[in-house]
Amino acid sequence: MPLIELQQIERRFQLGDTTVNALAGLNLRIDAGEYVAVMGPSGSGKSTLLNLLGLLDRPQSGTYRLENRDVTTLTVDEQAAVRSARIGFVFQSFHLVPRLSAAENIALPMTLAGIAPAERKARVAEALAAFGLSQRADHRPDQLSGGQRQRVAIARATIMRPALLLADEPTGNLDRHTGEEVVDLLEGLNAQGVTLVVVTHDPAMGARARRQLVMEDGRLKYDSLASDAGDAPR
Amino acid sequence: MRLADRLHFARAAVTGAPWRSALSVLAMSIGVAAVVVLTALGDGARRYVVGQFSAIGTNLVIALPGRTGTGGFNPATAITSTPRDLTVDDAASLLRLPGVRRVAPLAVGTSEIAANGRLREVMVVGVSSSYVPMRNFELAQGQNLPDDDWNRAAPVALIGDKIREELFGPTPALGQLVRVGDRRLRIIGVLKPVGQGLGMNTDELVIVPVALAQALFNSNTLFRVLIEANSRPAIPEVRERVLQRLKERHRGEEDVTVITQDAVLATFDRLLGALTLAVGGIAAISLAVAGILVMNVMLVAVTQRTGEIGLLKALGAPARTIRRLFLSEAAMLSALGALLGYLLGQAGAFLLRQLFPVFPAYAPDWAVFAALATALLTGLLFGVLPARRAARLDPVEALMKH
Ligand SMILES: Nc1ncnc2c1ncn2[C@@H]1O[C@H](COP(=O)(O)OP(=O)(O)OP(=O)(O)O)[C@@H](O)[C@H]1O
Ligand SMILES: [Mg+2]
Repeated sequence: MPLIELQQIERRFQLGDTTVNALAGLNLRIDAGEYVAVMGPSGSGKSTLLNLLGLLDRPQSGTYRLENRDVTTLTVDEQAAVRSARIGFVFQSFHLVPRLSAAENIALPMTLAGIAPAERKARVAEALAAFGLSQRADHRPDQLSGGQRQRVAIARATIMRPALLLADEPTGNLDRHTGEEVVDLLEGLNAQGVTLVVVTHDPAMGARARRQLVMEDGRLKYDSLASDAGDAPR
Repeated sequence: MRLADRLHFARAAVTGAPWRSALSVLAMSIGVAAVVVLTALGDGARRYVVGQFSAIGTNLVIALPGRTGTGGFNPATAITSTPRDLTVDDAASLLRLPGVRRVAPLAVGTSEIAANGRLREVMVVGVSSSYVPMRNFELAQGQNLPDDDWNRAAPVALIGDKIREELFGPTPALGQLVRVGDRRLRIIGVLKPVGQGLGMNTDELVIVPVALAQALFNSNTLFRVLIEANSRPAIPEVRERVLQRLKERHRGEEDVTVITQDAVLATFDRLLGALTLAVGGIAAISLAVAGILVMNVMLVAVTQRTGEIGLLKALGAPARTIRRLFLSEAAMLSALGALLGYLLGQAGAFLLRQLFPVFPAYAPDWAVFAALATALLTGLLFGVLPARRAARLDPVEALMKH
């Protein structure tokens, strides 16, 4: 069952009098429950693709169907509602709110969605336990290690039980060991059924995904699903 | 997003940037405090003046010779260019008018007073015995003028405290003889010292029977006639009757002016009320300045928290939620400022009252309410722009700023 269907997506940026084709004629289908790594050189359009999938950005042309619904024509606030309910983000720089505790940061999507405090509390406690953060519930981000911060961010991204988890270089700010822990965590979530799309520069991490995409100049240069099985990207 | 959560979030944001928040709260509180203190001053002045006026006496109607004020061109007064005198008999005729409680004729002039080999210039007031109680004057020693026929010039006088001090010093003044003009008078009473007031300062006054004063100044006319009405509601009728009676006695010519204390008071009341409003308005300008400061503080907050705004958008917050979050923050800052300013202002007014006990420096309720409302409103109004700017940020660009 397709979760994501992109057809002829064009995303251009105007920089002075030069036009950058960040995404050019992109076609892509990702099924529910997939684990996809997006790779490619710097400036090839990986983050642009992820922002588009996350409804943070709109294409100039082409259609994006999420769960069989055309989401490119939705209003800004309708898209926000889709993000709230169906999409989770994990960023390279964590993006935690510095003055809120770990528990409050994890609860933030539920708070914004207007979920009752009692339910929030129960779900946050569950998430804290699941991500090994129970002892850190009241710590503020500056009192947490990088790995702990990213675990808080992942807990926050999944607290609304989204269908799609988007991670843009989630291990970019972490050392090898904690990075691997974070990847284990993400893969665990994928194993529970969440569709996972990870942008990475790390070939080892990319190789762990069940499907690899390589981008270049806004186009898909390689898709492991379309080529021979086992043909790993360089 | 629930209201309680929004307030919680806004509170965390306010306390998360203590210096920035303190600055806006301070500016707002200074504005509110300025309004409270300045209107307390203005309204205090109004109350003070009204109080002083009331001290002149209650329910007074005052007749004075000559036609002043409006009324247009009157051929009668045009021919008889000098107004007819207002006489003691005129005053006496008012005694029997319904609604009139007391009447006091008043003749005023300056003369010199001499005793103990000392001499000085004084203001001499010729009145009847009713004058002292009508004006609420109090005697420190002795007694009031005799309750005589108004045409009898008994050779007696009441003197003010300062006159007593200057002429007699520590020696007793009561029963002593003084020379006033060419008359020798016996001092039968000394007035209590009152100090400076809005009315006449009685400390430097010499009060004598009205007939004596007229003889002294060789004049038949009165300076004023004071009429005390039975009650406050009776004042307008009494004024009308006084005017009518004097007109009859002056062969139909309206050559006197009759004013009521009420009217004078109302004028002062209005004047000082307007002054208070103006002063309050000027102080309110500082509230607008504070509002602009809150706006700038919020704009800085939006710039500094751009990444956070991007995150909130990524987490699914609609524009409306983000707008309300920042508005709540601005409202919280101005509410805190308003509260602090209210307390500061009341403390300032309290201090004023402690320093100047005669001065009733209480901020009027309307001013306090207006100051608080203006503070909240300006805070919200000036919070709209930053809030809208935050809500309109592009999420991708906002997220890149971290
Ligand atoms: N807001 C923007 N304005 C102008 N050009 C942009 C903007 N965002 C992206 N681009 C351009 O679009 C292209 C793709 O950018 P993108 O960020 O998607 O690359 P990337 O693959 O994520 O690179 P990196 O690995 O360095 O993160 C680049 O050439 C970039 O300069
Ligand atoms: Mg990128």
